[in-house]
Amino acid sequence: MTTIIQAEHLYIDYKLNNEWVNALHDVSLAINPLEIHGLVGESGSGKSTLALALMNYLAPNARISDGTVTFDGDDLSSKSAKEMSKIWGRHISLVPQDSLAALNPSHRIGEQIAEVTRLHEGLSKAQAWQRAIDILRRVKIADPEGVARRYPHQLSGGMQQRVTIAMALSTRPRLLILDEPTTALDVTTQAVIIDLFRELIRDNQAAALYVSHNLGLVAQLCDHVTVLYGGEVMASAPVVDLFKRPIHPYTISLLASLPRLTEGVETRLPTIEGTAPSLADRPHGCVFASRCPVALPLCHEVKPPLEVISEGRLVKCHRWQEIASGELTLDTAPKAEVISAPPRDSYVLTAKDMHKSFGEPSLMDRVTMRQAQVVRAVDGVSLRILERSTLGVVGESGSGKTTLARLIVGLETADSGDMELLDVPLPNALDQRTPELLRGLQMIFQNPNDALNPYQTVGSQIARTIKRLGDKSLTKEAINLRVIELLGAVSLPPDYATRYANELSGGEKQRVAIARAFSTNPAMVLADEPTSSLDVSVQSVILNLLKDLRAQNGASYLLISHDLNVVSYLADWIVVMYLGEIVEEGMPDAVYKAPSHPYTEALLSAIPIPDPTAQTKRIRLEGDLPVELPKGCRFHTRCPRKIGAICETTAPPYRDAGDGHMIRCHIPIEELAILQHTLPEKT
Amino acid sequence: MRQLIRRPPTLIGLVIVLVFVMIAIFGSTIAPHRFDTIIRGAARLPPSAEYPFGTDRLGRDVLSRVLWGARDIIVLPTVTTLLSVFFGAAIGMTLGYVGGWLDDVVSRALDSLLAIPALILALVMLGTIGPSAIGIVIVVVVLYTPIVARVVRSATLSLRTAGYIEAAKLRGESTTYILFREILPGVLPALVVEGSLRFTYAIFLTASLGFLGLGVQPPSPDWGRMVNEARDSFAQTPWALWYPAGAIALLVIGVNLLSDGLRRIFRYEGQLG
Repeated sequence: MTTIIQAEHLYIDYKLNNEWVNALHDVSLAINPLEIHGLVGESGSGKSTLALALMNYLAPNARISDGTVTFDGDDLSSKSAKEMSKIWGRHISLVPQDSLAALNPSHRIGEQIAEVTRLHEGLSKAQAWQRAIDILRRVKIADPEGVARRYPHQLSGGMQQRVTIAMALSTRPRLLILDEPTTALDVTTQAVIIDLFRELIRDNQAAALYVSHNLGLVAQLCDHVTVLYGGEVMASAPVVDLFKRPIHPYTISLLASLPRLTEGVETRLPTIEGTAPSLADRPHGCVFASRCPVALPLCHEVKPPLEVISEGRLVKCHRWQEIASGELTLDTAPKAEVISAPPRDSYVLTAKDMHKSFGEPSLMDRVTMRQAQVVRAVDGVSLRILERSTLGVVGESGSGKTTLARLIVGLETADSGDMELLDVPLPNALDQRTPELLRGLQMIFQNPNDALNPYQTVGSQIARTIKRLGDKSLTKEAINLRVIELLGAVSLPPDYATRYANELSGGEKQRVAIARAFSTNPAMVLADEPTSSLDVSVQSVILNLLKDLRAQNGASYLLISHDLNVVSYLADWIVVMYLGEIVEEGMPDAVYKAPSHPYTEALLSAIPIPDPTAQTKRIRLEGDLPVELPKGCRFHTRCPRKIGAICETTAPPYRDAGDGHMIRCHIPIEELAILQHTLPEKT
Repeated sequence: MRQLIRRPPTLIGLVIVLVFVMIAIFGSTIAPHRFDTIIRGAARLPPSAEYPFGTDRLGRDVLSRVLWGARDIIVLPTVTTLLSVFFGAAIGMTLGYVGGWLDDVVSRALDSLLAIPALILALVMLGTIGPSAIGIVIVVVVLYTPIVARVVRSATLSLRTAGYIEAAKLRGESTTYILFREILPGVLPALVVEGSLRFTYAIFLTASLGFLGLGVQPPSPDWGRMVNEARDSFAQTPWALWYPAGAIALLVIGVNLLSDGLRRIFRYEGQLG
C-alpha cells in the first residue's frame, strides 16, 4: 500500500540554553490514503513537534538530527521554505487549535478563504469568492454569503473552527493535519465539529493526522492510533485493537485511568504513578519504565525496540508478548474506596433564588446613553448541599455554572438571593463575611498555572492562609508543621514548602492549591474545573485525592465541570444548568439515564466514549447559546424534542421523577422515558 | 546582575552610567575650576593640555562646567523617575485592581493628558510656575506619572483574575495587602522596564528644557543651556558646544543600552514565571 506521508526513524532536537535536547526519539509513523490517523500523548510527549515535522515546519531552534519524512515519495526535509510553500496549503493543510488566532482579524472570512485558492490555483477574484462560499456551505454554515462578509471576531468558536476547516479543505489537500482542533470548544459543539470532520475528510478523499490528548475523541474519529510518550512511539495500532486489546502497559494504564459514567462513587480510579521523565536526561532504558507497574530490571537498562507485531501494529515494550498472550495482566481494576463517609442529613450550604446579571452600563454607556447588553448569568437558582456530599454542576460554557460558584464563594456579589452556611446566614458580599465564614468556604481554581503566586514559596502561601484564618494562637513552628502535614496529605514531600511555583508541574501546582484550600478545614470546597487543564494520567490522581480528602476531612464539594465523566466520579447529586437556570437535578444514576431533560440527553450523547465499538445515541445540538434569553423554555431554540408553540411561550414546570429527581420540561416524565428510547426525529 | 554583565552592549551601558554617576558625585571636587570662574585672558581657547575641553567665550573652563553640571542632569531625572514610578505604580495598580467607575474616570483623564505633546505642556507649566529645579521635577513627574500608571494598570489587569489573587481575597486580605504583596511583585518587571525607559526620556526632557532656558537658572551650569549658549558662538568656540552635547548624547546612549539589557532580562524572566 502506498502511504501518503511517512516518517522513518525520526530524531528531532531543540536547542535550549545552548544545548541540544532530544524531543523526538526514533519515531516512525505512516499514514495511508483515506486514513484518519490519531496521534495521542500527554503534554510534552512531542505530538505537536511530530505534527510540525511532518509539515517540515519546525521552529527555528529545532533540527532533524536523523531520519526522513517523505510525502508522496518526496523527501520533505531537504526542501526549502520556498519549495514547501507550494505544498503547504495546497497538498498539506493545517487546522489549528486556536481558530481565532489563526484567522486574520482584519480581513473578511470570505477573502481569507479565497486567498488560498487564488494563490494555489490561480483562480480569479470572483471565482475564488464563489469557491469560498461553496466551501462554507459544505462545512454546513447556514448563511454562507453572510458569513463570508463577516470578520472572525463576529463568529462563535464553533463557527470559527468551521471556517478554518473550510480554509484547509478549499484546495482539496491530500493530507490534513488537525492539531487539537476542538480542545477549546464545548462538548456539544465538539460533537458537531467531529461529525463534520469525519464526513468532510471522507468526501475529500484525504488522509488526516488528528492530534489530540482526548482518548474518547480519537476512539470515535480515527481509524488508526499512534501513542507517543516522552518523544517515543509506545504503540501504534488500528483503533479497535488499541482500545479493545491494548498490549502496551502505558496504553493499558492510560485507558484504565479514565473516569467513566458507569463507575459508581464507591471506587477509586487506577492511576499512573510518578511523572514523565524530563527530555534533558532521557533514560537509557524504556522511557516509560519509571512509571510502569510491570517494569523489569531489563526495562531500566535497555531500550526496547519498536517491533512490528502485525500489519500496521507496532509496540515498544520488552514484555508485550507476555501481555498479548495473557500471561501477564496489569492490575487496573478500580479499587474500592478505603474510607467511606456517607453524607449526613444536615445541609452544609443552602442557596435560595440566586440572581446575578453582568453588563451594568459603564460610565461611557451612561454618557452616550447607549443600551448595555445585560447577561443574566445566574437567574433564580436554588440549591442545597448535604454535609460530606458532592454536588456536581454541569453545563456548557455560558450556562452560568462558574458564576454560581463565584457567587457562593463571594468572588462575585449576588444581585439577590439568600445563602446559609451551616445554618449561619452567609452575606452575599465577601467583605461582609466573618473570618469564620471565610474559613468555611474555600475554592480550587481551574488554571493551576495562576493558582499560586510565582514570587512566594509554596509553603509561605499555605502558611499565610493558616495565619489569616486558622487558630490565632498557633506558633510559627506549629504553622510550619501544619504546612508540611498538608503537603503530605496531597502526597508532596516536605521540601516542596520552600519551592516556587515555576519549579512545579501542573499537577503538583494543583495539589498545592488543594492543600491551600484545605488548610482552613473548610466545611465546603468549591472546585471549578479542577482537572480540565491537566493531563489524563494526572487527572485521575487529582480526582482520587479529592475523594480521599472528602472522606478524611468531612468536607463537601461543589464540583463544576463540563466533563460529565469527571462529575460522575465524585458527585452524589447533579445539577444541570442551561442559560442561568437549573433544567434538571437528581442522583447521578437518575440523571444519566432516561428519562432526562432533552438538554442533558444531548450533553450525554455528545461525550466521546473511549471505546470505538460503543453504540451511542447521536443527538447533536445545532447552533450556539442564544444571546438574547428566549421566551418560554430557554432551551427551545436548540431543543431536538421541542413539542410545539407551548415551548416558545410558557416556561416549563419542574416535574418530579421520583427521589427528588426534577426535570424542567413540558413533556411529561412518562412520555420522556418512552421518547428517549429512540432518537429525536429532527436530527 | 551576572546577566547584566554578560551581554557586551549592556555592560558598556552599565559602565557609561556608572562613570556619569561618579562624575555627578565627585565632579565638583575633581574639577580644576569652579563652574563660574572666569579665567582672565583665557576666553575662547581651543582644547589644550591646560584646558582639555577648551574655554567658552567668557573664559570659563568647559571641562569644569561639564563636570559640575553632571550633578543636575543625573539627579533631577533620577528624582523625577523615582517619583513618577512611585505615583504611577500606586495609581496604576489601584485603577487596574479596583476598576469600575474610578478606573473609567481616571484612566480617561490620564489618556487625555497624554494626548498633549510633552514639551508643549512642559513649557506651559514651567512658564506658569517659573523655571527652577523644583519646577522641572514637578513638570516631569506630572508628565510621566500617567505613562507609568497606564503600563502598570494593564499589567495589573492581567493579574487581577489570577487564582492566587482570588485566593487572597478568599482569606480576607485587605486591598492594601493584595496590592503590595500579591500584585506588586508581578508588575515589578514591567515597572523596572518602564522606569528605565522613563529615565532616558527624563534626561532628554531635562536637557531640552535647559536648552530652552527653562532649566536650572544661571549661573549654575546646565548642559542643555550650555549647548544653547555655545550655539551663538559656534563658529568661534565649537568645542563649547561639542562637549556638553556629547556628554548628553553619551549619557542617553549609556542609559538606553542599560535599560535595553534590563528589558531583555525581565522579558526572559517573565516567560519563566
